[in-house]
Amino acid sequence: MFRNQYDTDVTTWSPAGRLFQVEYAMEAVKQGSAAVGLRSSSHAVLAAVNKAASELASHQRKVFRADDHVGVAIAGLTADGRVLSRFLRNECINHSFVYESPLPVGRLVVQLADKAQVCTQRSWKRPYGVGLLVAGLDESGAHLYYNCPSGNYFEYQAFAIGSRSQAAKTFLERRYEAYDGYTREELIKDALFAIKETLQGEKLTSQLCTVAIVGVGEAFHVIDQKTIQEYIDAMEVSSEGGAEEETAAAPPSGEAQEGGDGPAEPAPMDI
Amino acid sequence: MQNVEISIPTLNGWLLGYPVTYLFSNEKLKKATGVVSMQSLHIYKIYVTRYPYVTGTSVIAMKYKDGVIMASDTAGSYGSTLRYKSVERIKTVGDHTIIGASGEISDFQEIMRYLDELILYDKMWDDGNSLGPKEVHNYLNRIMYNRRNKFNPLYNSLVLGGVKNGQKYLGTVNMIGTHYEDDHLATGFGNHLARPILRSEWREDLTFEEAVKLIEKCLLVLLYRDRSSINKFQIAKITAEGTTIHPPYSLRTYWGFSHFQNPSKGAAGTW
Amino acid sequence: MALRGDWMYENNGGTCVAIAGIDYCVVAADTRLSVGYSILTRDHSKICSLADKCVLASSGFQGDIRALHKHLSARHLLYQHQHNKQMSCPAMGQLLSNTLYYKRFFPYYAFNVLGGLDNEGKGCVYTYDAVGSYERVGYSAQGSGSTLIMPVLDNQLKSPSPLLLPARDAVTPLSETEAVDLVKDVFASATERDIYTGDKLEIVVINASGIKREYLELRKD
Repeated sequence: MFRNQYDTDVTTWSPAGRLFQVEYAMEAVKQGSAAVGLRSSSHAVLAAVNKAASELASHQRKVFRADDHVGVAIAGLTADGRVLSRFLRNECINHSFVYESPLPVGRLVVQLADKAQVCTQRSWKRPYGVGLLVAGLDESGAHLYYNCPSGNYFEYQAFAIGSRSQAAKTFLERRYEAYDGYTREELIKDALFAIKETLQGEKLTSQLCTVAIVGVGEAFHVIDQKTIQEYIDAMEVSSEGGAEEETAAAPPSGEAQEGGDGPAEPAPMDI
Repeated sequence: MQNVEISIPTLNGWLLGYPVTYLFSNEKLKKATGVVSMQSLHIYKIYVTRYPYVTGTSVIAMKYKDGVIMASDTAGSYGSTLRYKSVERIKTVGDHTIIGASGEISDFQEIMRYLDELILYDKMWDDGNSLGPKEVHNYLNRIMYNRRNKFNPLYNSLVLGGVKNGQKYLGTVNMIGTHYEDDHLATGFGNHLARPILRSEWREDLTFEEAVKLIEKCLLVLLYRDRSSINKFQIAKITAEGTTIHPPYSLRTYWGFSHFQNPSKGAAGTW
Repeated sequence: MALRGDWMYENNGGTCVAIAGIDYCVVAADTRLSVGYSILTRDHSKICSLADKCVLASSGFQGDIRALHKHLSARHLLYQHQHNKQMSCPAMGQLLSNTLYYKRFFPYYAFNVLGGLDNEGKGCVYTYDAVGSYERVGYSAQGSGSTLIMPVLDNQLKSPSPLLLPARDAVTPLSETEAVDLVKDVFASATERDIYTGDKLEIVVINASGIKREYLELRKD
């Protein structure tokens, strides 16, 4: 009776000017476990929550290296994310083969966005159900982009995607203005704090997250678990001392979790 | 098989509806044209060894204190005929590169079309990134090497110079894809006559005036000894500030040596 | 081969040598690039580090060599993405052979020696012809000066006959510094007689602690 008439294929518009299939794909991003990214002028850090599908299973990879100077963290359909990170790797290799210089991050992101856009305009295709945080370094410094299934992309100082990412975003929004001058250690610390926000009380451990960094003089790499655990331990000591009480400051807002019930009026294509 | 000349205009273009040129060896030509729409068509591939028509002679280039300086004459020879006398063989490529060409002039003009397109597409991103001399050199090398792999080379030796991010660059590519960098370079006759001079007199900290003096010395030697060179030269320089290609000018020559006036006078066995 | 006229290839000269030891490998090549009687440049590296424990030195046609090196580097990058580790030297040896043979009927004009450490950490050297046939050996020389250098290596390193059963290790008993000194000597000697060898010697030593590079000036005439 109340079935949506306009969501059976990607290329059908709703009278309100929306493409429901594309919006559903963006919904898939919100269902995936969270990923955050933030950058200073010289470094960019990605972090992701490792969530296993069951007690008996291992978690899926969330962070991929595309080249020495770029990497991605994904949220949503991991399988789609893997395909797209392979695309990114190929683009990087092709560029360095022809020019012997790294592909500028902004251009890589546009190629990725164009690829996603095609899927929103072909009846026989399906949009990618994955959001990508692309972090990288090029001539103009460190960059952080968010690529979304609609084919839109945005540059950020700091951003979070995936389930309960609103809590992390709230945390980042309060602090992003200082990020440009941050050291790599401070960036990692804030990334872990942001990840912690998305866990909503669950204890943050090094097994529960993957953190990667890229920056001046530092190729993109995932930071090993031992180092991460040391950061986490140091964080807990300082927050027990009451130096900065970050955890209590971000109450989870309503839309953070499943925002699935009854889409609101304006087309949310801007996210 | 080399230099097979065939003219089968009716077979070009419309055969099988494809916009391609079909090539047949001479002895099979009759058979091939006879069976066009009747039986299965045998397509014979022949390799055509091309040869240059209008050529430019040596290009000389070297690094100096503030950048790179490059020089060549403006002749375009048709075999031993001086067919064209004001061909510009040094051009700019984007903001950080100059290129000098010897060899087939038409192929160089084709190369400039490729490079101008490359630079146009690079500028269209308008994102603050730009191709430097190293990138252009590598791209050009891919073009040259690719064309030789298709048995259809571009008949040139090219020299690329430039400055980007305070880094001086000077490299060369030839028609089969041999490419290298050095502090000073010369193509063709210049490799035999100018480089020995450059090897003994070149210094890293040459001022522009000293560099011009040295390059004019080389040009003069080439003018005296290279039959296809003419006394109309262009000098170009590229520094961090930008590119200057000077208008053509002449060098002062001296032909009064007795050996020039009567070369065989006094030689053994002559009178 | 009238079809692929002599313009297709150019011999840019150069000599490459590799020696395998118990726990090290020395790979060396001169840096002269020439064609005919002209020297194009005196400082052009023929050695490419493909992986942590794998180094390739090639002489022949520079255009093909560079294309080959870049191709292998790109393949190694893909390998790292897919397997999360560096390619081993024996694996790279096979990949190089396949890559060369793939162009069997339009070959890369490149004469290669691949040096590095194998999976046990022992020195290994692979030597090739232009179309991909290859063999693991204890030492090898390729390129324009190889005819001058190879007999000296045979005399000085005396690897056990490959016909012996059970098979013996082909690695030389020399220490690392002795091997490096031998390489310096054979290049200095080859430079005396081979016009395509000279200017500068680039020596790469691979051992458990990583890759080390050193240079030695050679005659420039």
